[in-house]
Amino acid sequence: MRELSLNVLDIAQNSIAAGAACIRIEVLEDTKAHTLVLGIYDDGCGMTDEQVQRVLDPFYTTRTTRKVGMGIPLFRLAAQQTGGDLEISSKVGIGTSVRATFHTDNVDCTPLGDMASTMCTLITMNTDRQFLYRHRVDGREFVLDTAELTALLEGVPLSDPAVAQWLRDFIRENTESLYKGETYEND
Amino acid sequence: MKTIEELMAIRDNAKKKMTVREDTGDDCTRVIVGMATCGIAAGARPVLNAFVDEIAKRGLHHVTVSQTGCIGMCQYEPIVEVMEPGKEKITYVKMTPEKAVKVVNEHLVNGNPIVDFTVGAATK
Repeated sequence: MRELSLNVLDIAQNSIAAGAACIRIEVLEDTKAHTLVLGIYDDGCGMTDEQVQRVLDPFYTTRTTRKVGMGIPLFRLAAQQTGGDLEISSKVGIGTSVRATFHTDNVDCTPLGDMASTMCTLITMNTDRQFLYRHRVDGREFVLDTAELTALLEGVPLSDPAVAQWLRDFIRENTESLYKGETYEND
Repeated sequence: MKTIEELMAIRDNAKKKMTVREDTGDDCTRVIVGMATCGIAAGARPVLNAFVDEIAKRGLHHVTVSQTGCIGMCQYEPIVEVMEPGKEKITYVKMTPEKAVKVVNEHLVNGNPIVDFTVGAATK
């Protein structure tokens, strides 16, 4: 994967396949400590302890767990090659958490890339799910809850092309503000 | 800077069009992009974005873009399937955003599938 945001897009697909109603995605950056934490948390069907162990094995695939294959191992590799790691925990019937830590000062750290595209793709392609997105850079934060947007849209789908384009630009511009040191104001 | 007010204007505009669209029903053309690990790694996300943008630009209200999992030909990703009502499915392989724009204009607007981009041409 050329961008970590592509890994996030990929891992979130597992949450969709797991039947999650709500998927929370977090990007937490600390520029002083040179750390980046990417989290994907869902309330999907979850996995047994045995399955959790097996998803880390790239060559484990069966019909029943076909939704997991190379995705988690690739994401873990991306984290480990920076000196970070990936944690995965899951409970059947409760959901799954995937959390990867990256050391951004490591030369092998893949750039985060276009998170706005990843979020826009996830949201507009899965309008039946709720997405909570949080991007934090040091003390500054941008948060997005698709339930609020859905209420505001009064029946117009998030997949409407004009809405999708607005959404991508909205996330992109707010993300850029985070890096510029401006604080997101929800108005 | 994009604002919530702009979104509300987009909503009001879309509402007007929605009543027209409800009549078309099953006449929708579907563009399906493979978005499993293989597709994403090969560049499916910018391809999907290019389809959404170009379809919005052309105002093609009868076309919907959606995603699917692994189609089973990972070496040909990004793969895009175009399904038009009453016509045979067309499978495009090794797609790029540039090719996506061409497919929208040649295939979806003008009705001429681009044979050179299809799986048939790639596997010859």
